[in-house]
Parts: sequence; structure tokens; C-alpha cells
Amino acid sequence: MAYVLQLADTALVLGQRNAEWCGHGPALEEDIALANNSLDLIGQARMLYSLAALQAGPQASEDSLAYWRGPEAFRNYTMVELPHHGPMAPSARQDRDFATTMVRNFLFSNLMVGVWAQLEPSPDAQLAAIAAKAIKETRYHLRHAHDWVVRMGDGTDTSHARAQAALDHLMPYTQEFWRPSAAEQSAMDFGIGLDLGALQAPWQQQLSATLDLAQLQASPATGFVSGGKNGIHSEHLSYLLGDMQSLARAHPQAVW
Amino acid sequence: MSTDPQAPKPLKPLSEWPLWEVFVRSKQGLEHKHCGSLHASDAGHALRLARDVYTRRQEGVSIWVVPSSAITASEPNDKAEFFDPSGDKIYRHPTFYAIPDDVGHM
Repeated sequence: MAYVLQLADTALVLGQRNAEWCGHGPALEEDIALANNSLDLIGQARMLYSLAALQAGPQASEDSLAYWRGPEAFRNYTMVELPHHGPMAPSARQDRDFATTMVRNFLFSNLMVGVWAQLEPSPDAQLAAIAAKAIKETRYHLRHAHDWVVRMGDGTDTSHARAQAALDHLMPYTQEFWRPSAAEQSAMDFGIGLDLGALQAPWQQQLSATLDLAQLQASPATGFVSGGKNGIHSEHLSYLLGDMQSLARAHPQAVW
Repeated sequence: MSTDPQAPKPLKPLSEWPLWEVFVRSKQGLEHKHCGSLHASDAGHALRLARDVYTRRQEGVSIWVVPSSAITASEPNDKAEFFDPSGDKIYRHPTFYAIPDDVGHM
């Protein structure tokens, strides 16, 4: 199902992004925490790709879906493919901004706890099983990111400024969550359990609660609505996939 | 501000993160065992990091974190006077009782 592919692509791309911190974390323990986060997401991606591959035909496998599709085929949210820094970075390899990472993880995990909770009782048994496993991981990701958003927002002047800047940068990308893509619409019509409309209020509620503690302001999300889940990506995805897929594409017959 | 002891506290600079000792109880165990230490900015943070660093391989079901400053340890120099005297007092060990077979393992 196209919707499963959307979930899988999103998990994989965010997993790839969070993995960029490996070896570069602000503290040893946070380095491991982010690596764990990334591994959780990649694990979810594997399960979802395997599920999608069952329906995609005999040639398809989790590897073929992850490594052999180009950016025009990916259906992840634009927000998760963004690099770990603000919008006007002059070079491709900017210093990573921890505030951007944590605010993004918070905004995303906040959404996914709602989505997984809706999919847990899904009539699709395999999707329900994946949801039951993923929701525990995602709840932890949400707690971890929430803690950091609060700590940075209600922290020093520097941490507050960077957290606020990250929030200002990322909020507009959350508009994409609420407009159903074609895949989401047909999934909802099919009755797998997803109900996009019902997710927004609790998401907003958690957001307000966290920002309150963090003393951060969310400007109303307006303006350009990104279209990642419809296949319209920013310029960053092709670089990310170039990195991620280069090994597989250089050695297509390789087996581990 | 929340009164929850695990709630995040305002951020300290990295150089000021105190040291915490981590104790983990395994599934089969009855007691928390010391498994290491880590730096964290506050109690809730220490708990999360302990979960991430020390329970990656399903080592445990319960975590305690204690600020290292709260632990009072015996001095290595006092080892002789603290521990040697108990070495030759074998009457303190319950080994002189004959336990009937019916009682089973004690």
C-alpha cells in the first residue's frame, strides 16, 4: 500500500538524518541516545518496507525499495529530510545544530504517537503489529525530545535563541502533516484506522504544553506548504539519498 | 515549574554536568547492581541517558541513578582495619548446622 511506503520512507530518511550525529554528539551519552533513536527508526523502516514489498510484487524487497528508488519516488515528509541547521546555510556541510535536531524530533514524534495509536487496532494485522512495536519506541523518542526542547528553551540565552530559531524554521513544515496525500486518503477510505483530522488537536495540545514549559513561541504555521509526501521534495533529499544509496548502487550484486 | 523530580531543569553548560552513578536491576535479579556512571544535567536526564547507554542489550527492568556526590565510599587505605578482622571469625558463618534433607535448600 502506498501509505505504508510513506511511513517507511519517512522513518528511513529521519533515521538517516539522526545517524549523522553518530560520533559528533554534544556528549557521549547523547551520541548513543541519538544513535538508538536512529536505529529505532531504521528498524521501523525495515518492517514497513518488508510489508510494502509483499504487495509490490515478486521482484521487490526491502532493499530494492530503500536503495533503488530515486527522490521523485520517495514519499517522506519534507521536514525529515532537512539538514540539521537553519534555512540560509551557505555550505552543504554546516555545523549541525542540536536544537534543530531536537525540535524536529519532537514535532515528528508528537505526530507519530498519534498515528501509531490509531493503527494499533487496525484491521490490517501486520500493520497493527508494527504499530504496537513502534509506538513504544516513539513514545520514548517523544519524551527524549520533549525533555531537550524544554531544557533548551528554558535554558541559557543561547540555547533559548537557537531553540526558538529552530522552531520558527520548522513549524511551517508541519502544515504538511494535516493535508491528506493521495496515499493517506485512500488508506483512510480503505479503513486501516488512520484518521488525520482527529490527530491535529492532540498534537497541538502536546505542542502547547511543551512550548509552555520551554518558554518558546510557535508562530502560527502559515505560508508555503511542503509536499514531500506527495513526492515534491526539497533540494536536500537527493543529497541524502546520494549518500545513503551510493554503496548499494556501486555494488548491486553484493550480499552480506 | 513542575514539582516532578524527573522534570527537566534549566540547562547547565556541558562542563557543569554532574556525575551520576547508575544501578540496574536485571530481569532475574533481586537487587540493583552498579553498572557504571555518566554525566547528565539533571535527574530526569540521567535516567534517560542511563536507559540509552546501559540498557541497550536488555540488561534490565529497573534503573536507579544517584548523584555521585551523594555516595560516601570507604577509603582504600582503611581496607585493612575495615575488612581483615572478619576474616578469622568463622563462627559468624552459619556453616555448623546440620540441615535435614527434608528442609531442602537454605
